[in-house]
Amino acid sequence: MLYIYIYIYIYNIVRCGGSKVNLRPPIISTDSRFLLCASGDLVKVYSTRTEEWLHSLQGHTNQVTGIALNPANHLQVYSCSVDGTVKLWDFIDGILIKVQLVLTHFLTLFGLCVSACPECFQLVAVHLPKSAEQEVEAKEMSVVSSHISSNPSCTAFGRGGEYIAFARHLQLNVYFFRKQKTCSFSLKATDKKGAKNAFTCIACHPTDDCIATGHEDGKIRLWRNFIHKKEYTYSTQHWHHNAVNTLCFTPEGTHLLSGGIESVLVQWQYGAGNRKEFLPRLGGSILHISVSSDGQLFCTSHSDNKITVIESSFKVCGVIQGLVKDGVLTDLMIDPRSKALVLNGKPGHLQFYSLLRDKHLYNLDIVQQEYIYEAGLDQFEVVKAAFDIKGSWLATVEERGQKSSDLEFFLKLWAFDERTQSFVLNTTITAAHTDRIISMCFSSSKETTMLVTIAEDGQFKAWCQGADADTQQDQNFWSCDFVGSYHNLKPTNCSFSADSSLLAVSFQEVITIWSPETWEMLTTLCQPPGVIRDLCFGRLSCSKYLLGTTTRNLLCCWNLLTCALEWSSSVEVSKLQPDPLSENVAAFSYQSKHTDVFVFKPSEPRPLFTNKNVCSEKVHRAVFVPREEPLNNCDESSQWLNRSQLYFLTQNMDLLTFSTATEEDRILSSSKQLVIDDSVAVTPFYLLLGKHGQQQQKLNTQSHPALLHTPAHVLPAASVLCSMFVNSLLISNTGVQEEMDSEKEEEDSEEEMEACDSQQELRVQGSVDEVTLKLSKAQERELKRVRKTDFSWMAGLIDSKP
Amino acid sequence: MGEFKVHRVRFFDYMPSGIRALAFNQDTERMAVARMDGSVEVFHCSDRFFQEKIIPGREQFGIEGLSWVGERLFSAGLNGGITEYDLTNQKVKYTIDAYGGPIWTIAGNQQGTHLAVGCEDGTVKLFEVNEDNIQFERNLDRQKSRIVSLSWHPSGSKIAAGMMDMIQVFNVETGHSMHRMLADRGVGTSRSKECVVWSVVYLSDGTIITGDSVGMVKLWDDQTGTLIKSHNVTKCDVLALSVSQNEDSLVAGTSEGIVVQFQFVSMVLGKDDKEWVRTRTFRNHTHDIRAVAEITTAVVSGGMDAQLVVRPLLDKIEERSAASALRKIHFPHRRLVACARKSGLMLFQYPGHLELWRLGESEGKGIPGSSLFVKRNPEKLLHLKVKGEDHIRCSAVSPCGEWIVYSTASTLRLYRLHCDNNNISITKISKLPKVLSSANQLCFSSDSSHLFSASAQSSVHLVSISQSGCKFVGTLKPKSGSHQAIHLLAASEDGKWVASANSDHEVHIYNLQTRKAHCTVPIYSSAVTAMGIHPATNCLFMMHADQQMFEYSIEQKQYTDWSRTVQRKGLHRLWVERDTPCLNVMFNPQNPSHVILHDMYMLCIIDQSLPLPDDKTQFYNQLTLKSLTEEQRKSHSHAFKVCKTFKDILCVELMPDQSLVVVERPLEDIATQLPAPIKQKKFAT
Repeated sequence: MLYIYIYIYIYNIVRCGGSKVNLRPPIISTDSRFLLCASGDLVKVYSTRTEEWLHSLQGHTNQVTGIALNPANHLQVYSCSVDGTVKLWDFIDGILIKVQLVLTHFLTLFGLCVSACPECFQLVAVHLPKSAEQEVEAKEMSVVSSHISSNPSCTAFGRGGEYIAFARHLQLNVYFFRKQKTCSFSLKATDKKGAKNAFTCIACHPTDDCIATGHEDGKIRLWRNFIHKKEYTYSTQHWHHNAVNTLCFTPEGTHLLSGGIESVLVQWQYGAGNRKEFLPRLGGSILHISVSSDGQLFCTSHSDNKITVIESSFKVCGVIQGLVKDGVLTDLMIDPRSKALVLNGKPGHLQFYSLLRDKHLYNLDIVQQEYIYEAGLDQFEVVKAAFDIKGSWLATVEERGQKSSDLEFFLKLWAFDERTQSFVLNTTITAAHTDRIISMCFSSSKETTMLVTIAEDGQFKAWCQGADADTQQDQNFWSCDFVGSYHNLKPTNCSFSADSSLLAVSFQEVITIWSPETWEMLTTLCQPPGVIRDLCFGRLSCSKYLLGTTTRNLLCCWNLLTCALEWSSSVEVSKLQPDPLSENVAAFSYQSKHTDVFVFKPSEPRPLFTNKNVCSEKVHRAVFVPREEPLNNCDESSQWLNRSQLYFLTQNMDLLTFSTATEEDRILSSSKQLVIDDSVAVTPFYLLLGKHGQQQQKLNTQSHPALLHTPAHVLPAASVLCSMFVNSLLISNTGVQEEMDSEKEEEDSEEEMEACDSQQELRVQGSVDEVTLKLSKAQERELKRVRKTDFSWMAGLIDSKP
Repeated sequence: MGEFKVHRVRFFDYMPSGIRALAFNQDTERMAVARMDGSVEVFHCSDRFFQEKIIPGREQFGIEGLSWVGERLFSAGLNGGITEYDLTNQKVKYTIDAYGGPIWTIAGNQQGTHLAVGCEDGTVKLFEVNEDNIQFERNLDRQKSRIVSLSWHPSGSKIAAGMMDMIQVFNVETGHSMHRMLADRGVGTSRSKECVVWSVVYLSDGTIITGDSVGMVKLWDDQTGTLIKSHNVTKCDVLALSVSQNEDSLVAGTSEGIVVQFQFVSMVLGKDDKEWVRTRTFRNHTHDIRAVAEITTAVVSGGMDAQLVVRPLLDKIEERSAASALRKIHFPHRRLVACARKSGLMLFQYPGHLELWRLGESEGKGIPGSSLFVKRNPEKLLHLKVKGEDHIRCSAVSPCGEWIVYSTASTLRLYRLHCDNNNISITKISKLPKVLSSANQLCFSSDSSHLFSASAQSSVHLVSISQSGCKFVGTLKPKSGSHQAIHLLAASEDGKWVASANSDHEVHIYNLQTRKAHCTVPIYSSAVTAMGIHPATNCLFMMHADQQMFEYSIEQKQYTDWSRTVQRKGLHRLWVERDTPCLNVMFNPQNPSHVILHDMYMLCIIDQSLPLPDDKTQFYNQLTLKSLTEEQRKSHSHAFKVCKTFKDILCVELMPDQSLVVVERPLEDIATQLPAPIKQKKFAT
């Protein structure tokens, strides 16, 4: 069996969505309908019109590092990955056609040959052997150059693939395949005016022998006559004020597109000096630009994990937004209403990201100031955010000037507006504290909402809504209710108990317990040495426990009834995350360069679940995401995943999660969606209508799809056509028979399904151009469901036939 | 190196004149430069752009165009005349009126048979170039507006003329217009503002390239008279165009001070379909570029900011050397300052007048590097205006400070200075000998008793001057050789020898006692830029444009041992790579082994007793030496001691009291006196 399924462990740590879509330039299919981009170990296929994620090409076991259309067949795409394989896919159906094993780490893939890069970054040509077998080992490799840049945009193929241009630092090399000769040209590091001449990107003109290079100081040079060692020449154009990140020629070569940190797409007219057009304010800095083969669509990938689809008339027509994970300062949070993951998004925004659908929902502008895309500016950034338990309030802290001494910060409170279904600014507190806010939390009681903030000025403040009597307005603003401190010590963390009857604030080594009702300090708990780092109360049956971690590798559990230490364990905990729906608490421990996860109940010191070596980086952010419907997994060690799922963000900004076997199955089955009819874009309407269309085609060969495509005014009268049309929709008896069969099939074992799948795969690979498609199990199931449900209306139609 | 008291003179307000036209002669490798004040200079391109010849201008004599015909140089100007220059004697040969009003442009054909001038009245006039003059042949079809630019087709059968709003192509045979191409006035500019076609270039393949006031460089086809391509180069005017000899490169100068290069490159490598593509941009000027010329290995440009910029094209140069560096020529390669050493007077030569200053005096001694208190300010004694319209060609003041002499193209005047206390008066010496009608170079003998006047045929007239008057003594003539004008004279301290150097690189030495030619120094390939006769040894020390130095013993008629050593060991790389010629050679009487030299950027003392540096030793070692002990210093020091304290030096002179006079003219001061350049938006301002 050749179709590679990843063998699924009972707990698998999986990269769960939100992976980068901006690592490599996306490609647009020849008909401009699909957009493909490498994302994690998948190749995702999007529709260019609706920006909808259609499906993904799954099969690589590591980061996909390059994709390229098959020059011989524009419906196929090559992809390469760090796992050392090059795969050929049919991207419309999502079928793997061929696997080439090349045992190097690919950095990226270019048009005709493949560049593979082990540690030293070499440019190699890999001969892909032609053979009918699905898995082939490509052995023929020849090194073109070992002096290439680690940045793949510094390498480009020239006119018709006759030469390849690659640059590193200050040297541009052109390798002519036919003559097997390299010409190299170098620039001075700096000139008198302080220009930085290092190359940053390269593009080659499709029809002329002209190489465009981008430079660190924002210049674009157009090189010509580079066949000569001396008589080469270049012209310089300068608009970008910072490094040019990417360059791209349109397919006819009439224009050159460039982009950089300014997030302005610049279109230079080729050969007309400095005539140019601009498309400003695209978001994050532009990392890649790609153009469809007809030149009608451009797409740009941005540093904020976004792909923008732009028409050639310089109008943005679509945005594909991934999860922004650069510069996350806030904790991972779950919006209690939408169950979306909330964290820093665009600069100055909070993003709401649906983990279930792996889709960006919306951005909430917190800072409400224009962000200037320029390196070295100190601008406001959201650093803290917290939701209350119902999701009707959101508190945010934005600050600027962390690096310089003059710190500015605002505390903002946002109310959820039912009418607009979004958060509306309620209160801005300019000087909430005299020093920066370390942490904040909402009380967890349903009746009153209260926010507690702790700051480096040694105080904690409680904020309440409408407590200020002299505001005579309808709206209730937030104001300070209580200011507390403890021996002028610097607070480190705060936490409310599950019923909000207690507030724990840790001051260095001391935990103080307060009653929020009377603001009376009830007791102090202390377990020196070590400053308290994390605090959390137990939930449900364990609510009498308070957990704390210290900097001196101690995890302590206090019993609040006896005010005594219940147990403690010597473990270095970098993050303590309680599950809101169960007693479970997850602790991430970083020891000897890898992170372990423990899940335990505070009442019993023995962990429920231990997973060693989850990842090699420290974990500082984690969140339990409640499931929409609880799993009923009986396995004892996976029970903790039944009600909610644990997501965590590593320092490399990988969003990881634990998944169970049953989930994996579901993911797999859902990914094998119905084959999409080529002529219709995937819209919600299509999903409704498209099923009918398919059903017609599958069930009745005499159906007339032409009927639906012909304009109404050239058709004969509806009465003439009606009977024919309705007849074509009717289900024949054979269809019922099938239904019975498939019902039986449904009870078949998992193994058989796999076998079935592989069979199908093999068949498709054997003859790619075979048009008729056998339905997969999932497809059949879907079909069956459709058949079962909605044909009652048809009867009415037939009855009313004259 | 020794300590000197330095008079740092900054009151010489010399203003170089803006460059108006350039003409390059491929065969002789000479570049002719016409300036706004009507002067014409000839630079030798392969001899490090040494300024070989200067033909001073006249009042109200603006040159608009220059053209070489063979080795003859013609100019035309707004006074309506065409002028031919006598390059041997460095003067105007004749001027004839074209009778077409002011002339805006002049162009000679490649065959060397005809000159075409474009006149204000709209005619293109053809002149036949004869052996010793030019003769009007005929007019081409008269146009309505003035002819601003002209270019011959290399075959000589067609002429393209740039005018207001249009370009006309004439057939030279018939004189009729073949095509009329309209240059549009451009978008964004007002409709009423006409488009001036400032420059036109006709290529052998029939392409006409124009540069206009809209800022476009346009390519036209002369077969169909249609526009092929247009390049928007600038927002303001494209003033000058020049194409390389093999027609694969074109440069355009704009009024923003940038030079844009276009190259004729094949769009697909190895194929023949070539296109003009804009490639490089050179920004070396601050003001309008009025003239550009692409020579074999460089782009030469000049404009309102009065500097001649030679920008090498590295792709055309075989190997990188000092000759291929970027070169900016600000000052003439002649001395404009004369110094009366014994009386402390300075004579400054301006185009139209002379100024005589007395140096100031200072008090006491200071530590090296500090400035002294000025006891007496320098004072301007005399402002001597030139009679007539001609500009001064050369001038001199006698060492005793009693005599002042200057010469224009037509007259030579000698004045005697009376200086009693604060009353300064001059008397003109009348009744000069007839031979002193005009001089190419003037020099007094060290005892101020004789005046040497270099004149035609490379001869030097010797005139004795005294209270009673002046008397012609004799003429020193070289035995053989060329008749090029003399540009340098050097008299020996003991009054026995005088040496002359002419622009054919010949150096003749005459014995003043016998009044005969003594000998001729072997001719070196590079021009002599400065020379001096050593007071003690009577050795002639010569500096050449390629920075080589020779010492020639007059008495033994051969190069000295030191000179041979220098030639054998070679000079240091950094010395040879300097890009301005040495302009003066002086000797320190206190220390006979010292030779003092200066160029525009530095002052150098060569100690002939010390070893010569080789390429491995540190050349500029003054700072290193300072940090070493006395013992180590000896082993590290070498013959060249360079002082870069002073910049933009016009002249350095050593006074008898061991003080140095350094005349500086800071380029910033010149820049402030120039008219304001076109305002350009600069990023982040």
